[in-house]
Amino acid sequence: MAPKRIDAGGRAMIQARGLGKRFGDKRVLAELDFEVADGDFLVVTGPNGSGKTTLLRLCVGLAAPTSGELDIPDRSLIGYLGHDPLVYRELTALENLNLYGRLYRILQRRERIGMLLERFGLWDARNERTGSLSRGMLQRLGLCRTLLHEPALLVLDEPYSSLDAEGATLLDSELADLRPTRTLVVATHDPTRVARLASGRLALA
Amino acid sequence: MRRYLADAAVLARKDVLLELRGRETLPAMVLFVVSALVVFHFALPGEQSRLAALGLLWVAILFTALLGLGRAFVAEREHRLLDGLVLAPCDRSAIWLGKVAATFVFLLLAEAVALPAFQLFFSGIDGPTVAAVLLADVGICAVGTLLAAMASAGRARELLLPLLFLPLAIPIMIGGVGAATVEHPARYLGFLGLYDVLFAILAWASFEYVVTE
Amino acid sequence: MFAAAALLLLVSGMTLALYWAPEDVDQGFSQKIFYIHVPVALTAYACFGWGAWKALRLLWKREQRYDLESYTAIHMGTIFGLLTLVTGSIWAKISWNIWWSWGERQLVLFLILFLFYSAYFMLRYSIDPGPQRANLSAVYALFGVALIPVSFLAIRIAGTLYHPAVFKRDGPDMTGEMFAAFCVCFGGMLALAAALYANELTGKRLDERLRDLREALA
Repeated sequence: MAPKRIDAGGRAMIQARGLGKRFGDKRVLAELDFEVADGDFLVVTGPNGSGKTTLLRLCVGLAAPTSGELDIPDRSLIGYLGHDPLVYRELTALENLNLYGRLYRILQRRERIGMLLERFGLWDARNERTGSLSRGMLQRLGLCRTLLHEPALLVLDEPYSSLDAEGATLLDSELADLRPTRTLVVATHDPTRVARLASGRLALA
Repeated sequence: MRRYLADAAVLARKDVLLELRGRETLPAMVLFVVSALVVFHFALPGEQSRLAALGLLWVAILFTALLGLGRAFVAEREHRLLDGLVLAPCDRSAIWLGKVAATFVFLLLAEAVALPAFQLFFSGIDGPTVAAVLLADVGICAVGTLLAAMASAGRARELLLPLLFLPLAIPIMIGGVGAATVEHPARYLGFLGLYDVLFAILAWASFEYVVTE
Repeated sequence: MFAAAALLLLVSGMTLALYWAPEDVDQGFSQKIFYIHVPVALTAYACFGWGAWKALRLLWKREQRYDLESYTAIHMGTIFGLLTLVTGSIWAKISWNIWWSWGERQLVLFLILFLFYSAYFMLRYSIDPGPQRANLSAVYALFGVALIPVSFLAIRIAGTLYHPAVFKRDGPDMTGEMFAAFCVCFGGMLALAAALYANELTGKRLDERLRDLREALA
């Protein structure tokens, strides 16, 4: 169906009607209705086990709803960072980003990757196997991977987890930079951190 | 088409690079197939029959392939990396093709040791046998890779793959052993080719459904 | 409705087979098991085919209800497949005084299929219910219908060399009466499978409905 217009210029990026997801006999999400328009910043909150991760996986197409309807954009427009940075531990940071860069057909791959590694403070570690990186460094690398193809829709699951103070500040300014031009869906248990940027909030129980 | 093949090549090269770094799968396959041949020597009765030995060669190849296939998606499974590949905008079947290519290379290398070892321990190997092994490899890798992706989604993954794979491998065994033992192997080779084409198309078309919901 | 048809057709089919159809010249009375064995085998194929068709529909439409239908059909197929193995084995025992013969192509094929579909159940039991299990089951079910002709061909190619077909059960010399009785039996067996399928499906759908209701109330 055609995407519904919500705001003056806002086109619906994600549209959920009666969305539900169950794993076997366990119901994780039920009867969710929401919309994310182009340019929105949706914060998803809720206690552990409330289905934040499941909802985000549905929004990027990694999982399929078991009831209701869900419209999401083409996956080439989506950048997703979950609990795992999704990098091969036996390959170096550079090799990982190169692999994704090729799969996403990034033009000027070398420059783009170099720029991201610089910005997230990983340039010096670029030739180390990612298996030897700290959890915080891996999270930064995961962010590089997510931003690599300049996605129109960014879906981030607890992006501040395992980042140190410096990394968290870096992410703050990165999100502020992305805010005007991107659509964001961010799951967090600490909504105050992104409250300044948020345009809407979805609380899961 | 060129992009599709390029994607598959990038993914296959990644698997070869991972193997070069980790050196986990290929040495195990080589050691396993040689050990199996030695065990088979003692399993055969004193007066060795060439036919029985050839049959066991096929068993050794099949189980070595299973060993490699069981490892095929380990890297992807450990840190949910399949998510990363599935999210990438390339055709999902390119993930399958890349994995098939990498597994095929590993299996070929293991056989490059196994066939001469068989020649040394048991008896000579003729052209039709080599041709049959190559044809069987294609089918084994095409079907096995899809089933390995399937099995890695289940709970009892290590157990599941052989159970899923062996019934589908029976026709390969019939064709392979037939081609290696009869005088006119043409129809067995033709059958193996038919199996390859049919099941490769089926696996190629259905891989997307295996890795997505 | 299917149940009534099954009862009617099977009773009349067996009556025809026992009293009307002529006795086989070579095998005598023991040939009568043919009227059970072959319809059961063909019904098993029909069930596997139906299950694969539903599997294809699932992948095509991504509608979850096809999963249950496909699974139930394959479930029925496996039961009929097992019956085929048992009746075939009994026939082999009566005719040739052996329980198992690798020379008997249909039996070998059903053994392969039985192993294959047993693995299908293992696959289902090792994954939690949901869209992923539905997809994987459907893909495997489709491999099953490809395996049937391929295995058949493989056994045929190998059979002509290893195991010369000494015994031929039902040659083209089946009389008209025999064929008619066979057709009635086959129809009855199909109706029986359809009745079991419908019954099983209703039960399982009821279970699901109950679960949904319970959750709605909770």
